[in-house]
Amino acid sequence: MLSHPTLMTSTEHPYSLEELKVVSEDSIEVDDKLSHVRVVFTPTVEHCSMATIIGLCIRVKLMRSLPSRFKVDILVAPGTHETEASINKQLNDKERVAAALENPNLLEIVEECLSPSFQTWT
Amino acid sequence: MELLDSNVDLKELQKLQGHADRVWGLAWNPAPHNCGGASAMLASCSGDKTLRIWQMGPTHRLDCSTILEDTHTRTVRSCAWSPCGKFLATASFDSTTAIWKYVGGDFECVATLEGHENEVKSVTWSSSGTFLATCSRDKTVWIWEVQPGDEYDCVAVLQGHSQDVKMVQWHPLVDVLVSVSYDNSIKVWAEDGDSDDWHCVQTLNEGSSGHASTVWSVAFNSSGDRMVTSSDDLTLKIWDTSSAISQTDTEGFASWRHLCTLSGYHGRTIFSAHWSSEGIIASGAGDDALCLFVEEKGNSIEEPSYRLLLKKEKAHDMDINSVRWNPKDQRILASASDDGTIKIWEVREIS
Repeated sequence: MLSHPTLMTSTEHPYSLEELKVVSEDSIEVDDKLSHVRVVFTPTVEHCSMATIIGLCIRVKLMRSLPSRFKVDILVAPGTHETEASINKQLNDKERVAAALENPNLLEIVEECLSPSFQTWT
Repeated sequence: MELLDSNVDLKELQKLQGHADRVWGLAWNPAPHNCGGASAMLASCSGDKTLRIWQMGPTHRLDCSTILEDTHTRTVRSCAWSPCGKFLATASFDSTTAIWKYVGGDFECVATLEGHENEVKSVTWSSSGTFLATCSRDKTVWIWEVQPGDEYDCVAVLQGHSQDVKMVQWHPLVDVLVSVSYDNSIKVWAEDGDSDDWHCVQTLNEGSSGHASTVWSVAFNSSGDRMVTSSDDLTLKIWDTSSAISQTDTEGFASWRHLCTLSGYHGRTIFSAHWSSEGIIASGAGDDALCLFVEEKGNSIEEPSYRLLLKKEKAHDMDINSVRWNPKDQRILASASDDGTIKIWEVREIS
């Protein structure tokens, strides 16, 4: 993943989510001092499970790129999804996320989505 | 000398390392002398799929004496000792609950409780030793009766929560069970006097001054007339039950009312809270901080309230998932974290 100049600030690792084509520059807030990152993403498809998977991919990518001190909140852009409260709750429940990532099928999907060869979302 | 009136600090006595992933749960053995004469025994469970047992040796430090592995195939989320201290139950994301028995210096898996449709989140033994309870993302709470010969019979599958059930905890004195959930509610379950049917006797939700988001934990005080719950809504809530009825009456523990809400102390989800036998409430959260609270001694006319005794910022490098007071030494506290470590603390009065 390419690094994004304005997101570098004083974080130790570069990261970029534009390749996922769901996140724009304005929708990532980093507070290095508080070790807090907030990502707001717009799912490109209406389907609920896709939005959850995208959110999960973002979380995994950040988990692997950022120092462990960072607290990450991932939210669906308001007004873009019918069940956004329910998606947000799942994406920010670390126990649910941990269990999901122990599901081999789900993990395979996430790994595939994050692999460098995965260029576009259909 | 009353702890309430002094200044205290939290001294880090030891850091236990070894788990290869986040530590989710902790449990102090209530009767360690029944397990080979150890003065203290702590069980810890982890995302690394193992359970570790730490024993206090002659040096007064805890060393890892046993690793229970190759049983659960996914995260071990919760562990609990039986009241006699000879059995340990482990609840896993692999949807099973394993029962381990202390046999001649080692732990043997003597039973596997199956039935939940997906991840088991919590397991608890009743103080009577008669029952076990488990809960799961499948929204149910199961009650198991302990039979002779290491047999466990499921006696109830309790439905009522509309979402993932995060934790279950038996009342310290009577066979009353409390469950807390992702559906933001707290439910109290008891057996019907005559019919042996378990049912929900009370639900505490946002309407009853309950939580506004996922409730992660519940813990009782030693006398069983108060309980504390912790939530993703960043608050701790204290609940009280009328003690007008004799303490052995189950009904007396089925009507809880909101007493007090502690807010503004943690900036992220509060994953765990535990009550010491001395009355100190410890809480651990996603802000890496550990807090201690005590009851405010005030005007007897006013409603009881609680105040912050101490806040330890950066108690760990990452989220704190569990805090547990040592039942044998009421000033000793253990905390478990996403950072893979367990810390042992001592509450000390400072002059």
